Order: sequence, then structure tokens, then C-alpha cells
Amino acid sequence: MSEKSEIIPVWFFVGVLFLVYGVLILASGLAEWSHPPATVLSELHAPVWWGALLIALGAFYCLAFRPRKSS
Amino acid sequence: MNLFLAWIGSSQMVHLSKIDLAIVIFYFVFVLLIGFYLKKFATTGEDFFMAGREMTAWVAGLAFVSANLGSLELLGWAGSAYQYGILAAHWYWIGAIPAMIFLGLVMMPFYYISKTHSVPGYLQMRYGTAASGLSAVTFAVMTILMSGVNMYAMAVVMKVVLGWDINFSIFVSSITVAIYVAAGGLFSAIFNEVLQFFLIWFGALLIPILGLLETGGWNGMVARIQANFPNQDFTHMWRSLGHFKDNPMGMHWTGIVFGLAAVQSMGYWTTDFLVVQRVLSAKDIRSAKLAPVIGSFFKMAVPLIVILPGLLGLAVLPMHLVPASEAQAGQYTYNDVLPLMLARYCGPGLMGLGITALVAGFMAGMAGNVSAFATVWTYDLYRPFIRKTAPDAHYVSMGRWCTLIGVFISIGTAYLAMGFASIMDYVQALFGFFIAPLFGTVLLGMLWKRVTPMAGFLGLLAGTTASVTIFFLMKFNHDWVAVFALSPDAKGLAQDMYQSLWACTTCVVVTVLVSLFTKPKPDSELRGLVYSLTDVAHEEKTSLFHRPVFWGCLALATLIVLQIIFW
Repeated sequence: MSEKSEIIPVWFFVGVLFLVYGVLILASGLAEWSHPPATVLSELHAPVWWGALLIALGAFYCLAFRPRKSS
Repeated sequence: MNLFLAWIGSSQMVHLSKIDLAIVIFYFVFVLLIGFYLKKFATTGEDFFMAGREMTAWVAGLAFVSANLGSLELLGWAGSAYQYGILAAHWYWIGAIPAMIFLGLVMMPFYYISKTHSVPGYLQMRYGTAASGLSAVTFAVMTILMSGVNMYAMAVVMKVVLGWDINFSIFVSSITVAIYVAAGGLFSAIFNEVLQFFLIWFGALLIPILGLLETGGWNGMVARIQANFPNQDFTHMWRSLGHFKDNPMGMHWTGIVFGLAAVQSMGYWTTDFLVVQRVLSAKDIRSAKLAPVIGSFFKMAVPLIVILPGLLGLAVLPMHLVPASEAQAGQYTYNDVLPLMLARYCGPGLMGLGITALVAGFMAGMAGNVSAFATVWTYDLYRPFIRKTAPDAHYVSMGRWCTLIGVFISIGTAYLAMGFASIMDYVQALFGFFIAPLFGTVLLGMLWKRVTPMAGFLGLLAGTTASVTIFFLMKFNHDWVAVFALSPDAKGLAQDMYQSLWACTTCVVVTVLVSLFTKPKPDSELRGLVYSLTDVAHEEKTSLFHRPVFWGCLALATLIVLQIIFW
């Protein structure tokens, strides 16, 4: 049972997921900047700021809940 | 890659780009890796079935609300919002919040102090094997059916939205779920539910944001709905509930207050082991009490990403959606509203995130069902009835096999769900059969020490029998609708509410009457199980902000404010 205190917090996994998705979505948004897809309100470039938001949240969770060696 | 894309894609609502596909595939790989990572921590029965009872209030609370936020929930209630308007939000507010607070503040201490592994496990201690066995069997059946409903919902989305082959969707997703739950047990299920919770929020939140920008805010949306659907009220929660004929749901306020809030939601949120299991994994009693309260705040916010997209669909979609039973070729159904809104606003990347959120919702819903099924089968059916004494490792092994078998049985039940016109009608009927009477049995058992084992069993049996009987009477002869649902104008969801009310009432009446004529258990056998014989820890020495009761009251106050705003 004592080993379970070493489980990586679920928040770290949330951070990794957000970070990876943020990078992919931001990259996609930047790539289509000059020729946005035929969606409603595409001129707002939602993937760019949504991707940036995911990166910021993901980086925060990764740093705050990164695995640490127990003393 | 191109061959793969060509194989899975044919005629569909949207096309996935390579980046969308990368986002979906990454999720599958990621959850499998997490499952294998958690396997080494799920070695004992307590670990595998109860996640070691080490979860914090936040993790347990998010998993608690997330276990109910599957793809079925998203698609079904977004479709219901398109069909019935904001009335659908009752299932998130008055039909959830009071029950969640009641679970946390009143019922959870008994579940937690008794150290039960499950709700049927509590019945075993309180009433004995008969009531526990009946509850376990009905729960196992309901869980597998629910799992099939989830699978069906996901397969339909993948087919309609992406044109994916239905068998491909079912097998890839369910095998992934089977592997990671069999590996990490409740640890895996809870970790995945927390991931899914964030994914769903960030995958779906853009729809209401961009939708409100397009319509010019709430007032602009309401104006467009009124223009598109004149003389219909889709945006008031109580004003149109004075008579069954006054609202598109065919509902009366008594059905919402007494059927939904007092019985059905209480039954679901306090006795459905799928959600209660998440709270039982909490590390201490304070966390167990706080987890449902934390969950209640998130639950209150869910209409933003489920109900609002349905309302926005009424305002901005150029076509009128129809019931699944009336859909012709080329027409979209109510349940398609969320994917349609996703396709309206989300291009490459964001579309992948939205689709992943739906897939994650399906997988988490299924993981929740099979992990709860594995626990109830192993601890409440296999151990008491088949093999009473065996090493702990044997039961863990049984849980792992049961997870795999449960997944494959639910693949079969997915086809049962296809026979029903509306997914939500199907689910509500199931809840009414089993959950409503169970609530009466558990609550009476906790609050009244006079209730006898025989009364608990007969009350539960009578309530379930009444529920099934009323359901079929109303389905096959409409004359009975006026009898049980108070008006011939009561429609499907309204009928379900009154069915639950009658089932619970029958259970309570039979339980009380039988108790008066049978011998109760001695007090010594009821300590820790009944209110008057249990010393529940009080919170005088903790600060106000650390007391679950403070946050529970705040949640209820917020609920009242929301009712007034959207009256």
C-alpha cells in the first residue's frame, strides 16, 4: 500500500494531454491562418487562441504536478 | 495512413484531417499507457475495486460527476434541449443538485463508516442476502444495458459524423476500455474519468462561446429561436409547467418536483453504485462527504456545454431536426445536434478535440459501467453465492476477467438499444425499473431501525415489479397514461417520472407495512448502519470553509438563483 503514495497525480496526465493537444491545435491554427476552413466565425481563428490556452494550462499542470522523487 | 482514412471514411457529416486523427489516436495510446502504468498499483481487492480508498475529494468529486457525463449524456441531453428547450436543464439542476448534496451530507457517512464495497454490499449488512442479491442482480443487468447504450451512442456518432464503420468503432473503443480497466481497475477508470472531464469541457466549450458570439448573446439567441419556432416556449424552466399541454415535453411541475427531484434523481445519485463507487474511493470521511458537493458545482455548470448547444441549434441551424423514428434519408435527428454544432464551428484540430471528447465520454462511461459491474459481480454475487472463501488474489483475478466479459456482453446489448426511438427514453425507463425502488429501500434502512430484513426484500421486489408493470401498461395501452401520469397528455419523459414516483411509493408502503408485522434486527447488528445507532463525526472544530455543509448550502443557494433567473 505504501507504494501508492508514489502514483503520479492524475493532474500531471491532464497536463500532458493538454500540452500535446495545445501544440497540435495551435500548429493547425497557424497553418490555416491565411486560408481558414469553411466554418462559421473562422475569421476569429479559434484554434490559435484555444491552442494557446491549452498549452498554458497544460504547462501549468505539468510543472505543478510533475513526478518528484520521494525523500 | 491514406488507406486507413479511405477505409474508415465514406459518406459523413465532416471529414477528419490528419491532425484530427492524430489527436484521436494519441488519446487511445495515452489511456492505454496510463492503464499499464496503473496495473502495478492495483494488486489487492481494495486497490482494484476501490482504488485503494486513497482519492482526494477533488479527484473523487470529478470522477463522481464525470462518470455521469458520458457521450450518451452529451448527445442525448443536447438532443433533448433541441427537442424540449431549457426544460432539459431540470435534469442538471433540481434533478441532480439536491440529490448530490443529500448523498454527501446525509447518506455518505453510512456508506463510508460501514466500509461497504458497494450499495448491494450495504444492503447485505442492513437487510441480509435476499435484498442484497436482488439489488445486485438488477444492478448488474442495468449496468450492462447502460454500457450497451453508451456503446450504441458512440457508434452512431462515429457513423453519422465521420462515416466510420459501426463495428470498427465498437470494437476498437471497447477493447481499449477492456484492456485499461482490466489492468488498473478502479484506478484506471477514475484516472480516465478525470481526463475525460477536462477533455469534454475543452472540446465542447467553444460551441457555446462561438454560438453566443454568432447570435449576439442570450437575448439574440432567444429572438432567433422565437423567429424559427413561433408560439413555442423553449427558454423558460417553470413558466410552462402548469399543464402538460403547455410545453413540448408534455410535463407537469409535479412530475419534475416529486418524480424527478424527490425520487428519480435521489435514487440515481444516492444509490446507483456507478456514481457512488467513485465517492467510496475517497481517502477519509470528510473527503467522501465533500466529493459529491464539489461535484454538484461542476454538475450545475454542465448545461453550458450540453443544453446551451441544443438551444443554439434551435437558433442557428438552417434545417429542422426530427425524432429518430421519423427521420427520412438525408434528415438529421435530435441526437445529431451536438455533432452538427461541432461541425459548424470547429475546423481541423478543434474538430479532432471535439470528437476525442465524445470518444472519451463514451470510453469513460463504459469504463465506469464495467468497473462497477465487476465489483458488484465479484463482491455481491460471486463471493456470497458461488465461492465464499478464497484468497484476495482470486477475487482480483475474477474482477479482471469479469471486466473483459462485461465488455463483450455489453457489445451484444448495444444492439438492444437500437430498437428504441429515443436513447434517453430507454435510459429513463431503466432507471425507473431499478433505481427508484432501491432509493426507498436504502433510505428507509438508513433512517428507521424498525425496518426488517424481510420488509427490505419484499419492498424492493414490490417496487421493482410495480415499476415494470406500470411501464408496460403505459406503453401498450395509452388509457393507463391518464391513470398513472395524471393526464393523457403526459409524454415519454413525464411518464417515466410518475413511473418512478409510483415505484418508490409502492416500495415504501410495502416496506413499512411488512416491517410492522415482522421481527426487526437487534440494535447490536445495526450499529454503523442506521442513523439513530451511528455516531457520525461532527465538524464543530473545523473552519466554516472546510465544512461540507457550508459548501452544500452554497450549492443549493446557487441552484435557487438559477431557477429564478431562468424561471
